[in-house]
Amino acid sequence: MSGYTVTPVAGERVLGRTVRTAREWLPAVAVLVLGLALWEGLVAALHVQRFLLPPPSDIIRTFFDERDVLWHAGWYTFKEALGGFAIGCSAGVLFAVLVGRFRLLRTAIMPYAIAANAIPIIAFAPITNQWFGLLNPLSKMVIAAVLCFFPVFVNTLRGLTSVHPSSIELMHSYAATERTIFRRVRFPNSLPYLFAALKVASVLAMIGAVVGEYFGGSQEALGVQIRNSAALFAFETAWAAILVASLLGIGFYLAIALVERLTMDWHPSARAAE
Amino acid sequence: MTDAAAVSLRSVGRTFASGEVVALKEIDLEIAPREFVSFIGPSGCGKSTLLRIIGDLIKPSAGEVIVNGKTAHQARLDRDYGIVFQDAVLYDWRTVAKNISLPLELAGWDRGRRDARVNEMLDLVELTGFEKRHPWELSGGMQQRVSIARALSFSPALLLMDEPFGALDEMTRERLNAELLRIWAETQSTIVFVTHSIAEAVFLSTRVVVMSPRPGRITEIIPIDLPQPRTNAVREDPRFFELVTRVREALHGGSGRDSELRLAEAE
Repeated sequence: MSGYTVTPVAGERVLGRTVRTAREWLPAVAVLVLGLALWEGLVAALHVQRFLLPPPSDIIRTFFDERDVLWHAGWYTFKEALGGFAIGCSAGVLFAVLVGRFRLLRTAIMPYAIAANAIPIIAFAPITNQWFGLLNPLSKMVIAAVLCFFPVFVNTLRGLTSVHPSSIELMHSYAATERTIFRRVRFPNSLPYLFAALKVASVLAMIGAVVGEYFGGSQEALGVQIRNSAALFAFETAWAAILVASLLGIGFYLAIALVERLTMDWHPSARAAE
Repeated sequence: MTDAAAVSLRSVGRTFASGEVVALKEIDLEIAPREFVSFIGPSGCGKSTLLRIIGDLIKPSAGEVIVNGKTAHQARLDRDYGIVFQDAVLYDWRTVAKNISLPLELAGWDRGRRDARVNEMLDLVELTGFEKRHPWELSGGMQQRVSIARALSFSPALLLMDEPFGALDEMTRERLNAELLRIWAETQSTIVFVTHSIAEAVFLSTRVVVMSPRPGRITEIIPIDLPQPRTNAVREDPRFFELVTRVREALHGGSGRDSELRLAEAE
C-alpha cells in the first residue's frame, strides 16, 4: 500500500471488494444476458421449430415447473457420478503411488496405461450395463470410475516423480528414508497436479454417468429422462434436464476448486487471491 | 593428524557410463577442521561430483573418503554435514520457519527446541520477521540465506556448498560472501565450497583447490594468506589481486589454451 493512502475502515473495504468483484463479473454476466436475448430473438424471428431449438424462456419455465422431478433425477445421477469419481480417483492415486515407487512396475504398466487411455471408454457402457444390471447404479459408476482413473493416475504420477533432483539429494543428506521422502516431498509436490486432475475428473464423472444412462437405466435417472423426453418430443424438458446436469457438473467442479484453494494456500497461485 | 581431519580423501576416483567417462582421478586431499576450502575449475572438472562424494550422495568408484573420522556413509547417516545447492531447494508448501526446521523435525527435536533454534537461525542470517513468509515471496538472495540457515540449523561441523551464489547478481553475491564469512566465524564450522568465480574463491577461502577436466584432477592447491577476519576492504588489497592472478594462471595452466576456452564457456 502506498504511503498516502488512508487505511480504509472495515465496512469500506468490504464494499470496495464487492464493487471490484461485481466489476470483474460484469462482462461475463453481460455475455450471458446478450446470448439468451439473441437466442430468444432469433428463435422467434426465424420461426425455428420447437424440436430443433426451443426458446430459453420455455426451457426456464419448464425448469421451474418440473423442478421436483428434475432435481430428484439430477441427484440420482449425481450420486452415480460421485461414486464413480470416488472409486476412479482413489484407484488412480493408489496406482500412481505404486508405479511411482517401483520402477519395474512403471516399465511394465505404463505402455498399457497410455494405450488404454486412448480407448473411448463410453463405448463400454452397454457392456457394463450387462455386467452389473441395467438398473444397478454400479453399472454407471464403473464407466465414470474408468473415465476418472486415467487423468488422475497420469497426473499424480507426474507430480510424484517430477521432483527436483536436488530436493531428493537434500533429503538423502538428512539420511531420510524413502517413506519420509514420499511424505515430506513427493506427496506435497504432487498436490497441484492431483487437483488439476480431480477437476477434470469431476467433469468426466458427470459425463460418464449421464451418457451411461443413455444406454438404459432407472426411470429416476437424469440421462434416461433426457433420452425419453427427446423421444416424446418434450424438448423443453430435455433441455431443462440438460440444464440440471450442467449446474450439477459446474457445482461439482467449483466444490473441488474450493477444496484446492483451502488445501494449497501455500501455492504461488494463491498470490492472486491476496 | 589423519583422524583429526574434517575431510580426508585418498586416491578417490569416479567413472561414469561403465568406465568410459573418468569424472575424477586420484584425488588426494586433507581438509582440517575450521578450514574454508574452495574447489574451482571449468565445467566437467568434477568439482560438484567431488562435493557429492564427500556428502555420500555419489559413491566413489575408487579410493577412500573419511568425514569426521568415519566413513562418508556413516557421516551422512549421523547427519554430520549440512548442504547448500545452487538453487535454494526450498519447499513451497512450507513457510520460511518450517523450511529451516525441516532437518530438526527429521532428527526428532521437540517443538519448543525447534522454535528456539529457528529463531536463532533467522537471527544469524538476518531474516527475522520473515518466518511466516513462503519461499516464493522472497528474493533469490533471501531464499539462499534461508537455505544456509536450514543447513546450519542442526549445527553440523561441516558445511558443503555447491555454487550457492552462482545464480545471484554480483552485488548480492558480494554481500552474501561477507555474510558467509561472518557465519563461518560464528559457527566455527568447516566449509567446502564449489565455485566458478575466482574472486569469490580467493575472498572466502583459506585454501583454493584448482581442478582441471578430462580426467578431473587437482592441478594445484593455493593457500590464501589474506588476514582474518576479512571484510570487503580485502577486495582492494594488492595481495588479493596477486592471489586472484595466481589462481587464474593455475586454472589456465591446467591444460593450455583448451581449458581457457572451456572456462570462458562455463562463465
